[in-house]
Order: sequence, then structure tokens, then C-alpha cells
Amino acid sequence: MTPVPAHLLAPQGPARSLVARLDPRTRVLAAALFAVVAVAAQGIMAQLAALGVAAGLCLLARLPMRTVLRRLLALEVFMALVLVTLPFTVPGQTLFTLGGLTASAEGMERALSVAAIASAVMLAVQALLASMETVALGHALARLGVPARLATLMLFTLRYVEVLHQEYGRLRLAMRARAFRPRTGWHTWRAYGWLVGMLLVNSVERSERIHAAMRLRGFRGHYPILDLGRAGGLDWGFGAVHTASLALVLAVGMM
Amino acid sequence: MAHIPDGVVTVPVLVAGAVASAGFLGLGLRALTPERMPRVAVLSAVFFVASLIHLPAGPASVHLILNGIMGAVLGWAAFPAILVALLLQAVLFGFGGLVVLGVNAMNMGVPAVLAGLVFRALWRRDRPRRTALLGAACGGGAVALTTVMLSLSLVASGREFLTVAQLVVLTAVPVMVVEAAFTAAALGLVARVKPEMLEEG
Repeated sequence: MTPVPAHLLAPQGPARSLVARLDPRTRVLAAALFAVVAVAAQGIMAQLAALGVAAGLCLLARLPMRTVLRRLLALEVFMALVLVTLPFTVPGQTLFTLGGLTASAEGMERALSVAAIASAVMLAVQALLASMETVALGHALARLGVPARLATLMLFTLRYVEVLHQEYGRLRLAMRARAFRPRTGWHTWRAYGWLVGMLLVNSVERSERIHAAMRLRGFRGHYPILDLGRAGGLDWGFGAVHTASLALVLAVGMM
Repeated sequence: MAHIPDGVVTVPVLVAGAVASAGFLGLGLRALTPERMPRVAVLSAVFFVASLIHLPAGPASVHLILNGIMGAVLGWAAFPAILVALLLQAVLFGFGGLVVLGVNAMNMGVPAVLAGLVFRALWRRDRPRRTALLGAACGGGAVALTTVMLSLSLVASGREFLTVAQLVVLTAVPVMVVEAAFTAAALGLVARVKPEMLEEG
């Protein structure tokens, strides 16, 4: 297992960027609006414009270029399959042939547009949401009307990711001490099953002890949701510019 | 593997996924009582990090989905747990998208809930063979159903995704086998060490 990225536990990025000074609710709403517009945008020009807006957001958030690029290039298997097959499966004007398969111009364009939308949403999420402390994200969602139970579940989950990670490290060390090396076969798969089963039992028992202690101190099933105050001038200004650029994206699609 | 990014599926599929997810979420939240919150959160965290655990399978390696075990341990509450984990994966790892979250939650959460219903109806304490068989069926079955639903969401979005859908089914076969073995072992251990975890709720 790859270690849990450090940014899970601490906010990343320079604290003084424009995006960092925004109210968490503004950032959540901006990200949601961006995603809807990027998916709704018609035509490759509009989708590339959305990608441009997303790149702008990354600059405003002062995200480190290298991490952003690495995220973008780390294509999932699924995405790779989509991009490779689309040119050959969309019918249209022949662009080139490859071992009996014909790639169409329409297919290339379709693949490009899928890649543009997916990258645009990912960049916007990186700029607006991933750079925020995840606890703030939970409180912002609750303030925006997400059911309190769901928001509380998210805050608990974030806490337990850390607990699990420590527990996993401990159990994995015990396996290594007994010379376990992962290979293909029932032995390995079963060993991992037991590892995760043990992880579950230990973590659930620990969570029960924690919960009993929390109840003792008056916890009633959800956290007091932080009062995030009122959105300031910066939030309204950012919101206006953001909405205007997204309207422009949609307008490009209608031309 | 099972995370669809934004930009692939069409609007009708997005709407169907959102509606189905909202319904299952409503039912799931009812099962998410304050007393069960810590346990559901632990499982949600397990699902969240499962995408980082790679198991060797022949020349390649697969990563587990774990929706079968989620359903077996949580029942209906598996749905909100999976939704929260998917949102966190999208935000922190860049897996999947935002608008497509409803579709992804439906594809992984509905099989989890169904596997949980089957497991809870048939499981008995102190019957290790039965536990192992049920565990394998839940683990493998949930992955199989997720794969079918994933392929359907793709094909419903356009004929041009048929090839991808077929490739997805093909690559899911090793995951299914590994996940069945893995789930049988994990649930077997839980049944031996802490059987009450499989009985409540």
C-alpha cells in the first residue's frame, strides 16, 4: 500500500493565495458550478475554454506546477482505455488506418473532448477543494445543506483514515517480520484478507472505545457545525468573475 | 478501475445515477444511527484506502473494490459510507469526477447493499464453511454486479463505448477472483474473532 499522502493530514499550498482566502462555501459552490458547466459545455472549443478556466484557477490557488502535471498524467487505466478506443469506435471520416482498424476524425475529436472535460474538472477540484483542509470541507458541506449525518460521517472517516494507516503499518510490519512476501496465489490473497479482517476488528474495537468516551462527554451523534461567518467582498467578487467566465464558456459552445 | 471520470457518460445516465443514488442515500442515512457512526466511518475509511492496496495477480496487479465486504458488515449504511469515500477519493486522489459521483456511487453502492442483504439473510454463527462460501459469493458477486452496471452506464451513453465496456468486463475477471478469495478470508476472520460485528443492525 502506498502511504496516505501527507496533504490528507495538513493543508497544502501557500496559505496566502487568493483561493486560500476564500470562504470554504464559496470554494465548494464554485467547484460544483464549474463541474456542471464543464460537463454541459458543447463542442471542443467550449471544452478547451473550460480547461483554460481550470488552469486559471490553479494559478490563483498557486498550486505547485509539478504536482498538478503529475496528477494529470497519472491516467487511470479506465481513462486510457476510453482515449485509445474512441478514435476507432466513432464512425466518420477516415483519418488513418492501423492494422485493419480505421481511426476517424470524429473519434479523435471525441477522445480529445473527453480528455478535456475530465482534466478540466480534475484541475478545478485540485485548485478549489483539494487545497482546503478537509475538515473545513466537511463543515462547508454541512452549512450548504448536506445532511448533518453525512457531513459527520465524512469528518469521522477522515479521522479513521489516519487510525487505519497506523494500524496497517503495525500489522504489515508483523507480517514482514515473519518473512511474508506478496505473490500471485491463494496464500497471498488469504493473508491480505486476514490482514484487512484484523484491521477491521481492531479499528472497530478502537472506534467503539473512542465513541464510548465521546458519549460520556455528551456527544450526540453529530459535531457542532462551525459557524463560518458571512461571505465577504472577496467571495462575492470571486463568485462574480467565476460565474462570468463560465457563462463565457457556455457562450463559446453555442457559437 | 470502476471510477468513471467526468465527460464520459451522457446526461440521461447522469440523471439516472443521481436519482438512484439519492434514493439509496435516503434509506442508507436512516440506518446510519449515531451509535453506528464510528463503525460506518471505519469501513468508509477502509473503502477509501482500498484503492491504494495493490494485490499481485499474474503479471499485473489489481486493486480491490471491497463493496461486498462493506455490504456484509454495514447493510444499508454501506451506501452513505461508499458515497463519502468516493467524494474523498475524487477530491484527494483525483479518482472519478464530481458530476458523475451519483453514477459511480450507484454502480458501487447498490451491489454492496444487495450483497449485504444476501449475506445477512443466510449467514449463521459458528459455521466457518458457510461463512467462507458466502463471503466469496458476496465479494465476487458485488464486483461482478458493479462491472455489469458500469458497462451498462457506458453502453447507455453511446455505441462507441461498447469496446471499452467489453474490455472493462475482461479486466474485471481477475479482480473478481481475487476479491472473492480476499472477502472469504476477511469475513472468516471477523466471524471467528468478533461475530457480533456481522449480526447487529
